[in-house]
Amino acid sequence: MLKFIKSGFFTTVQDLGRFNYRNKGVPVSGVMDSFTYAMLNMLLENDKKAAVLEITMTGPTLEFELDTYITVGGAELSVSLNEKPIKHFKVHKVFAGDKLSFGKLEHGWRAYLAIKGGFKPPLVLGSRSYYKPLTISSRIKDYDEIPYEECKSFDPKIQELKPHTLLKETVLEVFEGPEYRLLTDQQLEVLFSGEFTVAKENNRMAYQLNEAIDIHSISMLTSATLPGTIQLTPSGKLIILMKDGQTTGGYPRIFQLSEKAISILSQKRYGDHLSFKLI
Amino acid sequence: MNSYTISIRPFGDFAVLVEWPNKVEEQILNDILHFTKHLKENHLNEKEWEMVPAYNSLALIHRAGKIDYKSFSKELKEWYSQKLGDHHVEKYLWELPVCYEGNFAADIKEVGEKLTMTPSEVVSLHTKHTYTVYGIGFLPGFMYLGGLPPSLEIVRRETPRLNVEKGSVGLAGQQTGIYPQESPGGWNIIGNCPVPLFNKDNENPCFVNVGDKIKFYAITKGEFDLLKLQGEVGIYKLKKTKMDA
Repeated sequence: MLKFIKSGFFTTVQDLGRFNYRNKGVPVSGVMDSFTYAMLNMLLENDKKAAVLEITMTGPTLEFELDTYITVGGAELSVSLNEKPIKHFKVHKVFAGDKLSFGKLEHGWRAYLAIKGGFKPPLVLGSRSYYKPLTISSRIKDYDEIPYEECKSFDPKIQELKPHTLLKETVLEVFEGPEYRLLTDQQLEVLFSGEFTVAKENNRMAYQLNEAIDIHSISMLTSATLPGTIQLTPSGKLIILMKDGQTTGGYPRIFQLSEKAISILSQKRYGDHLSFKLI
Repeated sequence: MNSYTISIRPFGDFAVLVEWPNKVEEQILNDILHFTKHLKENHLNEKEWEMVPAYNSLALIHRAGKIDYKSFSKELKEWYSQKLGDHHVEKYLWELPVCYEGNFAADIKEVGEKLTMTPSEVVSLHTKHTYTVYGIGFLPGFMYLGGLPPSLEIVRRETPRLNVEKGSVGLAGQQTGIYPQESPGGWNIIGNCPVPLFNKDNENPCFVNVGDKIKFYAITKGEFDLLKLQGEVGIYKLKKTKMDA
């Protein structure tokens, strides 16, 4: 078990996601920053779908009950093993009884802790990703314990990777969404020349942006949405659906973020600047 | 079987959206469901593709990698034209119990006043009609139901509630529906359905499919309590009738 002495601000277990139930209204869930996730699981030579901890803003304080190997990456959040700082994107051995803690968030918003073999909370509809009410809680709480399997020895092919650079990127690559063609020239002009900032309302379900574009009266029937779909509300606000976002919606879908753009956005916080570029 | 002019558009690099004429029509929905079935049986592996139908559209989401849009959209058009009229889509009519009494029907008096009818008239109208499931989304197990009689159309509450109880049956605009879980919401609440619409422990977590029909019937508080208990231990049996598509 991994013991949570403190849970941190919003820590969850996430894997690649919960697929095949979107026609029943179940969001995909899964890691927000799939770019970092893939790198960490690769370092540990894990299955591509192995579950990790997604740590938002402030980190938890953890105690390991079994020997294993871990690696950390994503947001620049300092991390210490038994109070000694350790590097991101590097494989570290931990022993039973070791403690891991996190310090100050320097850059980015979500850090990831991957473990050899992946975390093993129960599978719900094929995924270990937290999503209430499919999972009892929406996040890990103080004193929770999350199962993992012991690993006494592991000789990684790659010990360390260069930290990736997505954190500094501010341009989101977008595809035309299904209702893109209904935008006016003026709206397009503002969308592609303007700068946008992340609103306070941002979480695993959706990121709202502060700036509005022209109001519209486009009416459409409810239809499918995806993680990374940008909806335009009648008041001109932009809502970017993320991994826990609803599977259908009734607002025009003007853009669709690439998977890389979703990873970039998931490292942004309130007030961060963004712009759009059409692929 | 009708054939429609469909439009196909890319939806990111992993999905494609197929659209039918922009109308709420049962025939259109049936055509979408026939095409979905045709695709599942002949062309698209369900392990690799998720298919989300709703009203006048069908999203095809590929799990296994990026879609080569040019060739795929061409194939889709061909597949649609090859689709035969004799695909039989299995559909069911579900009869769902609703308690329209007491605290379960917090807004029924106000609804009645606004629509100039008594609460019991609201109930009899609501239970008289059969509704079509045009989509499932918004929340796990939430059904978009069409077919509400115009006399029950009512605007949303001015102030949404922070917590609408699980199972609540509501009215809003041209829609009626059931909240499958506790959530914030602005619908006018007229009853509660004790049968869980979504169960994460079932391989098929939601028994209803898009295209199915829903009919409500009124139950007493006593019956509600019994059904709720049966629902919790999983021994209730829903009334369902197979329909010809």
